[in-house]
Amino acid sequence: MDGWDFILIVIRVVVIFVMLMITTLLLVWFERKVVADMQDRIGPARAGPWGMLQTLADGMKLFFKEQITPRKVEFGLYIAAPILATIPAFLIFMTVPFGRPFTLNLGGEPREILLQGADLNIGLLFILSMSSIAVYAVVLAGWSSGSKYPLLGGVRATAQAISYEAALGLSVIPVVMYTGSVQLSEIVEFQRANLQFLGNVVPFIPNWNLFLLAPSFVIFFIAAVAETNRAPFDLVEAEQELVGGFHTEYSGLRFALFFLAEYINMFTMSAIAVTLFMGGWSGPTWDGVLPALISGVLPTFWFFAKVVVLLFVYVWLRATLPRLRYDQLMEFGWKRLIPGALAWLMIIAVVLAWRQFGNPWS
Amino acid sequence: MVELILFVVLSTVVIGGALSMILGRNPVYAAMGMLATLFGLAVIYVIQLAHFVAVVQVIVYAGAVMTLFLFVIMFIGVDKAQSLDEGLAWQRPAVLGVVAAILAMVGGLVLSGRWEWITADRVALSGQVIEIPVPPNGTIESIGESLINRWLLPFEATAVLLIIASVGAIVLAFYRPRRLQSVGDDAE
Repeated sequence: MDGWDFILIVIRVVVIFVMLMITTLLLVWFERKVVADMQDRIGPARAGPWGMLQTLADGMKLFFKEQITPRKVEFGLYIAAPILATIPAFLIFMTVPFGRPFTLNLGGEPREILLQGADLNIGLLFILSMSSIAVYAVVLAGWSSGSKYPLLGGVRATAQAISYEAALGLSVIPVVMYTGSVQLSEIVEFQRANLQFLGNVVPFIPNWNLFLLAPSFVIFFIAAVAETNRAPFDLVEAEQELVGGFHTEYSGLRFALFFLAEYINMFTMSAIAVTLFMGGWSGPTWDGVLPALISGVLPTFWFFAKVVVLLFVYVWLRATLPRLRYDQLMEFGWKRLIPGALAWLMIIAVVLAWRQFGNPWS
Repeated sequence: MVELILFVVLSTVVIGGALSMILGRNPVYAAMGMLATLFGLAVIYVIQLAHFVAVVQVIVYAGAVMTLFLFVIMFIGVDKAQSLDEGLAWQRPAVLGVVAAILAMVGGLVLSGRWEWITADRVALSGQVIEIPVPPNGTIESIGESLINRWLLPFEATAVLLIIASVGAIVLAFYRPRRLQSVGDDAE
């Protein structure tokens, strides 16, 4: 650990921070455009080319707005809630690898530069722990607002988060068992080979967990949509019943922080799904054929391309599915997703044990 | 040196959180105090290289248990001022007695110079070197290995215990004495 290592860490953190902010700007625009197209509208079209700067304009507006603090709030927690929402959102992405590591000569020696905030050996568990922290923001915002609608939103959020966190965790275990690691960089590395199916190597098809663990992917994605409180699981902020849910009493920049956290979480959850099931940054790079710079950047391109596909599914769900009723939400979580995830987990465990130890009767 | 500074800061957070949990009038703030304690402990585990334990601490306690606590607090309503007089008159003297006994024990050990009883230094205790399998660090591999190979029976027994507890909770929640049940049926 010398000066260069320290500088590299700082640079990585700053790069990820800026990247997440820009992604959020584009993501909000992307969502509004896609939803508008699906509803046969034009959507934002004035600010910037194709309305791309609309989010920036909205952000500036929120930034300069008066921050109204209602009289009945519990001030300390009321202020803490938006901050608590944003911090885990940024921290989760720190563990996701978004490009191929490369070496640079710095300070006289070659150094490997990870395109990842921190390559934790408990990466996946860190993600789960941070996403379980994120729910506090909603709960505290709902409670500290001192008003009925936010409180209802907060209570709903707690129940929903607890229910779907279990499904999320269970859906990830098959990936861990199959790849044998919880370190995200190793999970990506594992998926870079060609697909092995029934002992045969299938050429041209990557070894994505998506193919062999498709049920896990489906469960993971549904639970991720619920975890990020997105439609059709957005009962937490059901506009028709709860005004704005937990953030009804927030305005200006404090509201903007909740908004930011929601979109970062959406992006991060897609990024994690890509990392766990769709090979992360792996993809053809044509090393040696293309210039080194281009083949070095291509993995990052593949990563973002895959993430955009999943983000499109997010937006697609929002544009097409009506919101679930509360009892439907709970029933779906506890009676369908969790038993399904458990059964799939058992199947995978048996298959893997069979492959490792041979037939049980031998 | 860094470790010492971190330890002092974290133990301040941990003890401060614990105190605010006990002394806080408002249950939600008390829950937040406990959350601070749990987080401080998790970071202390990280310093001790027990990453897995730290993360499990956050997932299980901060993520699940405390969220449930908050859920319950919200449902029973925190607007009502909780009555602060204790129903158990003997509780306070009993606690004071236990605390005094523990302090006396620790003080006695320190005064008599038997540090090894506190630090659990096995060499000093038994007089011979015992091989304690020390995992390289708190990685999942080492913990899983020792759970499945060495501590399989306690591990499974704990699982059974937890299942019994949750089944018991469900039974208690749905249990109605027959007398009350019939009254309820009549009312409908």
